[in-house]
Amino acid sequence: MIKAILIFNNHGKPRLSKFYEHYTEDTEQQIIRETFHLVSKRDENVCNFLEGGMLIGGSDNKLIYRHYATLYFVFCVDSSESELGILDLIQVFVETLDKCFENVCELDLIFHVDKVHNILAEMVMGGMVLETNMNEIITQVDAQNKMEKSETFIFQSPRQDR
Amino acid sequence: MPAVSKGDGMRGLAVFISDIRNCKSKEAEIKRINKELANIRSKFKGDKALDGYSKKKYVCKLLFIFLLGHDIDFGHMEAVNLLSSNKYTEKQIGYLFISVLVNSNSELIRLINNAIKNDLSSRNPTFMCLALHCIANVGSREMAEAFAGEIPRILVAGDTMDSVKQSAALCLLRLYKTSPDLVLMGEWTSRVVHLLNDQHMGVVTAAISLITCLSQKNPDEFKTCVSLAVSRLSRIVSSASTDLQDYTYYFVPAPWLSCKLLRLLQCYPPPEDGAVKGRLVECLETILNKAQEPPKSKKVQHSNAKNAILFEAIALIIHYDSEPNLLVRACNQLGQFLQHRETNLRYLALESMCTLASSEFSHEAVKTHIETVINALKTERDVSVRQRAADLLYAMCDRSNAKQIVAEMLSYLETADYSIREEMVLKVAILAEKYAVDYSWYVDTILNLIRIAGDYVSEEVWYRVIQIVINRDDVQGYAAKTVFEALQAPACHENMVKVGGYILGEFGNLIAGDPRSSPLVQFNLLHSKFHLCSVPTRALLLSAYIKFINLFPETKTTIQEVLRCDSQIRNSDVELQQRAVEYLKLSSIASTDVLATVLEEMPPFPERESSILAKLKKKKGPGAVSNELEEGKREGGELNGAGERPGDSSSTPSPSADLLGLRSAAPVSAAPPSAGSLLVDVFSEAGPAAPAASVNDDGFLRFVCKNNGVLFENQLLQIGIKSEYRQNLGRMYLFYGNKTSVQFVSFTTTLNVQLKPVDPLVEGGAQVQQVINIECITDFSEAPILNIKFRYGGALQNLSLKLPVTINKFFQPTEMASNDFFQRWKQLSQPQQEAQKIFKANHAMDTEVIKAKLLGLGTALLDKVDPNPENFVCAGVIQTKSQQVGCLLRLEPNAQAQMYRLTLRSSKDTVSKRLCDLLAEQF
Repeated sequence: MIKAILIFNNHGKPRLSKFYEHYTEDTEQQIIRETFHLVSKRDENVCNFLEGGMLIGGSDNKLIYRHYATLYFVFCVDSSESELGILDLIQVFVETLDKCFENVCELDLIFHVDKVHNILAEMVMGGMVLETNMNEIITQVDAQNKMEKSETFIFQSPRQDR
Repeated sequence: MPAVSKGDGMRGLAVFISDIRNCKSKEAEIKRINKELANIRSKFKGDKALDGYSKKKYVCKLLFIFLLGHDIDFGHMEAVNLLSSNKYTEKQIGYLFISVLVNSNSELIRLINNAIKNDLSSRNPTFMCLALHCIANVGSREMAEAFAGEIPRILVAGDTMDSVKQSAALCLLRLYKTSPDLVLMGEWTSRVVHLLNDQHMGVVTAAISLITCLSQKNPDEFKTCVSLAVSRLSRIVSSASTDLQDYTYYFVPAPWLSCKLLRLLQCYPPPEDGAVKGRLVECLETILNKAQEPPKSKKVQHSNAKNAILFEAIALIIHYDSEPNLLVRACNQLGQFLQHRETNLRYLALESMCTLASSEFSHEAVKTHIETVINALKTERDVSVRQRAADLLYAMCDRSNAKQIVAEMLSYLETADYSIREEMVLKVAILAEKYAVDYSWYVDTILNLIRIAGDYVSEEVWYRVIQIVINRDDVQGYAAKTVFEALQAPACHENMVKVGGYILGEFGNLIAGDPRSSPLVQFNLLHSKFHLCSVPTRALLLSAYIKFINLFPETKTTIQEVLRCDSQIRNSDVELQQRAVEYLKLSSIASTDVLATVLEEMPPFPERESSILAKLKKKKGPGAVSNELEEGKREGGELNGAGERPGDSSSTPSPSADLLGLRSAAPVSAAPPSAGSLLVDVFSEAGPAAPAASVNDDGFLRFVCKNNGVLFENQLLQIGIKSEYRQNLGRMYLFYGNKTSVQFVSFTTTLNVQLKPVDPLVEGGAQVQQVINIECITDFSEAPILNIKFRYGGALQNLSLKLPVTINKFFQPTEMASNDFFQRWKQLSQPQQEAQKIFKANHAMDTEVIKAKLLGLGTALLDKVDPNPENFVCAGVIQTKSQQVGCLLRLEPNAQAQMYRLTLRSSKDTVSKRLCDLLAEQF
């Protein structure tokens, strides 16, 4: 099971946090900090797996991560998941984001948190993998966007919008 | 076309985010956020109804603020309102907010459930998926109650869209994990299993997680999934990479699903059906073969996906552990990976080989890689990988290579990362003991361990070396010689001093013949370390000294001088002082015979599982811990007792030892079976002291109106209480009296609050005392529970008692005149401030006795206040740290009916109620 999915930048600023087990808000923030601390001190070209921090369950859990430019994508998983499989999943996630945002960058994640959550929701649900096929995921996201577009006309013009 | 065009979206949100990003300092950021929160709050509270768009925008802002780590304590209601919108965008943002911010205990669940119910029955697949997502994210029991019946129906219905089926499968899985009792599979089982045959790979992907979890819990009911999984796997593995189109990932067909299928098969033993098994073996061979084929792509993703399947296949082969041919192939494959340039593969290969090493078919094959693994331990750049290498060395160790592996691990320890040193130390200690052919090697190894990584050598490790040396007379002389040499180093670790002190104290005589290690030299060497050591080590050394006096009478005067000097005999530490005084006295008054008896060599320890192993298991996480460990832990505890006072070798309480007040802390379980212990067994068989699991509160109510007395008594134990209270503070003395003639061992008491430890031994006929300091923070109704555990004879006794700490103990009596009393009585006239009970008298209605009890309660008994002289009125103030609660009491006896009416009024309803309940039992 996937326990948590975290995205933060090179300075540890969280860009997405999704927990599939319940923690208090405070603990969630601590987990993010702890995870950043563990992951960021590692060299490039070392392996992509390490034992989880104390807060998220210690050595029963693994952190599997990839570092893309300014962002770390970290999945915290228990022993029932395949490490390489999760690495592939991260890749699928990033490629999907890349397609949806056209050359995704950190700013896209900042300004479209809701979209990122929606895309993730098409892949992972309740800590389990729902879909790994990128085309299928994008089809779903596209359908949502279409619905959104069709509804936008009903909204008032967003001009004096503050 | 990009799915999200960058121009649209909410401008207000973008502006807010930009503002935050432009903040120069944390303070400025917080200020901006607070301003925005105030803005949103006022918008939500405002009279003007917000349109859906604005609500969506504000909820998005809240999400952003939450992500930055700020608490969001409002907006939930608005989010719930969005759920019932029929616009997709609004509904969707509402669900998002809830899945991120609402936890399973929220009071809003009922409202959310309503919205979910509507969406599930809407037959709009998008809405249904949103609703299912929400259930899977929150997953509370209330949701399970509401939807556990509905979701299986959606999952197996013929007309359900594929995407909804996928969500339904994982939603059901989540509910099954949180509330397995509510998810009744029965009639659905076979249809769920057949989802493995579904045409849509996405449905299979989602369903297989559900089926795996259900199979782990109910393997028999789901065992038909094995043949289905094998045939599905076979179809994937043998397909060309183009067959599965979208599910082909970098030229590998459906890697994720293949992994999951292989995992599912790991829930079961090898298939019994020959055809199924043949097909599966074929699959596994194909996967192993593919690993040798040239890659179809140079991309790392391609090899990743391929190897993900390969590792799962190897895991399955290891799990079956029945096909020697496959096992050896798997081992060779892993051997290749050990030298792969990809760090990830080296890591995983080391990890898989660990499990492979325990199989009898492949243990030898794994051992051939020893040089590679040792090399990995030395040269890997990544600590995670080095740690796996250390694990593998540990797993592949046997008698043939133990010396090499232990030596390598020891030398690695000198440079090992701090984070893994303790675990390494434990592993070395275990291997050294397990594979020791000659014990001198074992002693050398452990002493090296202490020398190299003394700080990481836990007590268990050095206790163990002492145990082993004591139990094996062939190694004692060598051990004495080696520690003596080790102690020559100008700076040696304190753990070395401990081991040295103990061993020389026991076996120093074995090397005393050599003038270079004559008794006096030994003593001077030990004593030169004394001043650098901590109190427990000094205590141990003092015991070693008294043992020296027995071993070498010629050292007596020197040692007595040391004991007599002020820094010992007047040491501010009570333990050290006591030892110095007692040992000095013992050495000067006891005859040689008595001395020899008291200070006899330690008896052998019983053979038992090493407590180090238990410790390692514990470090390895709770999964591996069984009852066995609990056993080990406890024995470790007893060993602690022995380790702390190694000087007291009296294994049975001898009169002389008692005379000197030496607590005989020798391992009691090690005492040779004597008539005494037989007797104990007889008693404990027949004895009444069955483990008392339930809380005993017989004595509790008797202490409401008094502070001293006997709280509990049975055939073994008597517990007396003395307590005193002043304002909101109290002190309670507990006296544990041993009524038998045999000592209680491992005597511990725990309170559901913090408690200082009590002496772990209670001698026969003796009494130990424990003091509890109490502070009343606020008013309370539940009494603290005291849990007492001890060993009497062999049997573990367990006792739970309610401590008689009641709210009335914190009464300060208040004297007042009649006018005052009734004025206050009227002030406290709200219904919840009063508690009243009418009850039958349990005791004779003697005025003096009643008065005594009311005084004992802690209140002031007010004379001439009530117009009816038969009635009693009292007043007092309960002192807690947070507040004072004034209480008035009126007790009206009716002698004819033999009844009382009791009325309590206080400024706090809980206090009135509690006092009333307590007092009603007293008269």
